[in-house]
Parts: sequence; C-alpha cells; structure tokens
Amino acid sequence: MSSRSAGQEPAPVRALLIAIALAYVAAVLLLPLVLVFTEAFRKGWENYLLAFTEPNSLAAIRLTLLVTVIAVPLNAAFGILAAWAVTKYEFRGKALLVTLIDLPFSISPVVSGMVWVLLFGANSALGPWLRANNIEIVFAVPGIVLATIFVTFPFVARELIPLMQNQGTTDEEAALSLGASGWQTFWRVTLPNIKWGLLYGVLLSTARAMGEFGAVSVVSGHIRGKTTTMPLDIEILYNDYNFTAAFAMASLLAMLALVTLLIKTVLELRFADELAGTRRH
Amino acid sequence: MTQTLAPLPASTKGPRRLIPGFGITLGTTVLYLSLIVLIPLAALVLKAGTAPLDQIIQIATSKRTINALRVSFGSALIAGIVNLVFGLLIAWVLVRYRFPLKRVVDALVDLPFALPTAVAGIALSTLYAPKGWIGSLFAPMKIAFTPTGIVIALIFIGLPFVVRTVQPVLEELETELEEAAATLGANRFQTILHVILPRLTPAALTGFALATARAVGEYGSVIFIAGNIPNISEIAPVLIVIRLEEFDQAGAAVVAMLMLVFSFLMLLVINLIQAWSRRRFGDV
Repeated sequence: MSSRSAGQEPAPVRALLIAIALAYVAAVLLLPLVLVFTEAFRKGWENYLLAFTEPNSLAAIRLTLLVTVIAVPLNAAFGILAAWAVTKYEFRGKALLVTLIDLPFSISPVVSGMVWVLLFGANSALGPWLRANNIEIVFAVPGIVLATIFVTFPFVARELIPLMQNQGTTDEEAALSLGASGWQTFWRVTLPNIKWGLLYGVLLSTARAMGEFGAVSVVSGHIRGKTTTMPLDIEILYNDYNFTAAFAMASLLAMLALVTLLIKTVLELRFADELAGTRRH
Repeated sequence: MTQTLAPLPASTKGPRRLIPGFGITLGTTVLYLSLIVLIPLAALVLKAGTAPLDQIIQIATSKRTINALRVSFGSALIAGIVNLVFGLLIAWVLVRYRFPLKRVVDALVDLPFALPTAVAGIALSTLYAPKGWIGSLFAPMKIAFTPTGIVIALIFIGLPFVVRTVQPVLEELETELEEAAATLGANRFQTILHVILPRLTPAALTGFALATARAVGEYGSVIFIAGNIPNISEIAPVLIVIRLEEFDQAGAAVVAMLMLVFSFLMLLVINLIQAWSRRRFGDV
C-alpha cells in the first residue's frame, strides 16, 4: 500500500498548486533574469561587447575584483578563527559573541556604509588628522574595501560554526594525543573536515562582495573609473539612459549569480554531509 | 598536581583547554570583530546619541522621517505577507510533489540571494515600467515609480526566506501524523489546517520576520523602481543617503538608529519564536 497517497491531495489540486507555484517563480524570479540578457543583447553582439571596451567600465571590473580579492580571504581567515574559538572551547559570553558575528546581516547596507563615513569622514574625529597626512579612506578605495568587509563579515563564520559544532572535538583530540602539533592538527584534520563548508561560505561571500551596492554606494564618492565598482557603474550607466551598457555589465553579474547557484546546488547535492547541518538535502 | 601527557577526558577541566590555540583564536576574533563591526557601529551610536535631545526628537518626529519609515515598514510588511503565502506554497510543492525541472526551480529560489541588488533593481524597473513587459499589461495603472513598485522589489528580495525556513521542517514532518488524522476521519483540508500548518507556523513566522527585516533595510533593488518621491515613495535608507549627501550626519544617524533599534527588535522576535517553538515541538 502506498503510504504517500493516503495523505495526498487529489490530482487536480496537486496540478493546480504546482501550476501556481511555477507561474509565480517564472514571473517573480525568471522574468527579471531573462530581461537582463534580452536588454543586454538587444542591439546585437557588437554593441554588447563594445560596452566592455569602455575604460571606465574596465576600471569598474578591476576594482570589483580587487575589493573581492581583499575582502573574501580576510573574512575567510576570520571565519575559520572564529569558528575554531566558538566550537573547540567553552567560555563565558559565547552566545553573545555568535550574535555579534551575525550582526552585519541584520543591518541595512546603507548603514553598513555610513558607519565608515562617520568614523573616517571629513567631519569625524579622525578626519582632520587623516587629511593632514593625506590618507584617503572615505570616498576612495579603502572605504569601499572596508564597507565590503563589513557586509560579508559573517558568511564564512556562520557556515563553519554549525558544521564544526556537529563534528565535535574528538578528531582533533585524537590527533593531538598521537603527538601532532596544533598546526598539524588544523591542516591535516580540521581543514579537510571543513573544506566543503568553507568553500560554500567563500562562494556566498564572493557573490555578495562582487554585487554589494548600498554600503559601497555610500562610501564611494561615485567617481567613474576611480571609485565605482561594477554595481555602481551599472547605476551610472542606467541613469545616463545607456541601457545596453548597463545591462551588459549587469549580465556579467547575473552570470556570476547563476554560476554561484550552480556550484551551490552541486555542493548541496554531493557533499550534503560535509556542509552545515542547517543545509538541506 | 602533575599533568599527564594525555589528560583524562572525564576530568572536568580537561576538554576545555585540551586543544591549543584558545588565546590566539578568541583574541583575534574579538579584535577583528571590534575593528570591523563594533567600533564603526559605536561611531554611529555616538553620533546619534551626542546630538541634543530636542534635535533628535525633532528629526525623529519630522514629517519626512515618519513618512520614510512608514513607507519602509509598510511595504516590507505587505511584501512579507505575500512572501509568507507564496513561500509556504512553493515550499509545499517542492517538498511534496514531483514535477519536471524541480531541481532547477529549487535552485532558482535562491536567485535573490545571489543576484546583486542593483541588477535586480534595473531589471525590475524595466520590467514594470509603463512600457515594460509586465508594466504594459497593467496600463494605465502605474507600477514602477510608485509605492507599488517598492513592494514588487521587496517581494523579489524576500522570496527565499520563507521557502528556506519552511522547507526543512516540512521535509522532517512525519506523514504518519497526517495518516493518523485521515484515519480518524479528518478530511484533507482539516488535516492541513489542524495538523500540518501548526507545525509549520514557527518556521513560517521566522521566515516572515527575516524577510521583513531584510526588506526594511533594502536599498539597491528599490531605488530604481521606487521613484523616490519624498513623503510618498521615499524609503528610510534613501532618506539616510540624502541626509548624508546634504552633510547632515546627525539627521542620517538618527534615522539609522531608528532602523537599528528595529533590527534588534526583529532579532529578539525571531529568537522568541524559536524558543517558543522549541518548547512546543521540541527541536525545530
């Protein structure tokens, strides 16, 4: 006897619910995605490619890559250290620490950028000193890097903490009691155990770092070719009615998003046991 | 007391410091957290807090601030409700039914997490503009550049939250419960209403709260489609940016503080929902 059919809806109801869900997903998610590529190629391949010969756009791509290459490894290293501290030891205030690590997730991107303006801007306590020493942070590249680090801060840590919690400390204790040093234990025991979870966190933070808009917008100063990342360049092009170039640039980021989703799905299907317990499948 | 090379696991103090690196990992974590998150946030609290009290009250109660907060919270709530309904439906269909391209649809649900907000913003704005693919269907009613446009953007941004919180709970749900209900004479509708929905409520509410919290602070996907008309379609993050551009840092900081307070309240609500659900259903 099939136990599933006992508690299932009649076939027409099922078909109707599936149809509504599919139509909704198509209208809300798929259509915007299709539109990005349609608009990008509306005037043909030549015009599409022309968008990427523009020096300011190339500069924006370079800046986005630079910011990502700085922010993601820093936060990955921090994520590993934080997860190690939180899951391998017992100490007071651990719950508070975990809450604080998660904090940037619940803060508006605009506020995440604004805090740096308040800290290093012309009107801040540090402002006059920075100006006297010719150090530019806000409305320059360092500010963009700091804002990006802020918004991607929790990604790796929040993937690794539940994962390492589940794995416990027995593997490490075994290695240590057999005479391995702390470093050896980390490289040969812990890291292989967490590599897929780490990759998952790095993937999500890379996508966010390259696509961050609000936080970066507040600290950027919007000087084309100098302090505009790809999302900021898209805004400028779009507001200039240069739609083909705007959507061409957007299509790169949309492809990045699709690749992210693809790798994410593969990781979830193939390495489900080695990802955090909160992951599905 | 002599320390043996391999301390007994049973000893009360043993496991705590058995693994090396406590000082360095915790120290670095706290230092980095302070530099990147806590000190910058303290700068914001200080900025908002050191303004004279009557100025704070005057900014917080000005017509434009109140309207911006109203637009932000109102649109976030409406979008949250839409996402609650369709999120439950999509999670249900993905867990319980089989259909072609199911894996693709499942992966696509995360698109709003992966797609940069500026890309979503220009795409939605073009789609819902009066001459856009969807906007032209609703002519002469305008969607883009009105408060409705804001809700559209927030629906897009918030879609994954309810699906992703409800999905694992639904997967764990024993079908025996439903069969028992059916055996006892409940029809399918009664089973869903009295057996399934109560079990999904904590997860659905958590997803709703997460989506709403995210929507209140959302900026990139909204600004292109909103029109950003003061008092009508101006969200709180846009007001913050405008105040910053006017070099009115106190004004920006006060609005930002109001939003931060709200974020903390949302986090509190989410934790309360989860504590309540643990008491009621065990581990969720």
